[in-house]
Amino acid sequence: MIIKYFSWIKEHVGKSEELIVLPDHINNVNELINYLNELDKKYSLILEKKNLIKIAVNKTYSSFDTNISNNDEIAFFPPVTGG
Amino acid sequence: MSKNFPFIKIKIQNEDFDVSDEIKNLHQNNTGAIVNFIGVVRGYDEKNNQIINSMTLEHYPGMTESEIEKIVFESSQRWELTGVTVIHRVGNLKPSDQIVFVCVSSKHRQNAFDGCNFIMDWLKTKAPFWKVEENNNKKNWVSFNENDNQALKKWQK
Repeated sequence: MIIKYFSWIKEHVGKSEELIVLPDHINNVNELINYLNELDKKYSLILEKKNLIKIAVNKTYSSFDTNISNNDEIAFFPPVTGG
Repeated sequence: MSKNFPFIKIKIQNEDFDVSDEIKNLHQNNTGAIVNFIGVVRGYDEKNNQIINSMTLEHYPGMTESEIEKIVFESSQRWELTGVTVIHRVGNLKPSDQIVFVCVSSKHRQNAFDGCNFIMDWLKTKAPFWKVEENNNKKNWVSFNENDNQALKKWQK
């Protein structure tokens, strides 16, 4: 699975993307966030800012309960500020 | 309900764009009105009360384009339009540089006015771009403006 981070989330995590092997017991975005948080405290920001952070699964806006698999691309980013 | 688009252009790019050239591209036989919006970099951050030396924009390649396509498609469903151009720059920009260009054409003016306004409002809230303002050595990620969400209410059916 590819995980992408943008804006200040990218700066906090220290990378723009990473490849992970999704454990079998992780079925949705919520579970992925909890799993990442257990791996390393740097991911706790995503948990803490859960009400603010946007999620895309395969480049489509998604929610915390969206189902995911190892072939998916997940992105975490702040509310957008273009234009 | 769906209208034919003789012209659609969506581009994310580092380079500047020539507004005059882009508008000319929308001059067509079936067009009687062309409305455009240009967003430019402000040299001053009113919220934090400081000068902006430069601004860097990042986006999510692939998703940004597809979100803009969805917005343009929705505008074409709502109004009879003859063309749409959306150009958004990324990378490092300086005050008064052009950031975004939305140009909408139609047979008569009201559709072009509404279409342009609609596309800009949705782009501000959905298209994945993020701005960071730079002032000397300080960086400040621009936060989402709640007024942009309020602006969407006028488009509720």
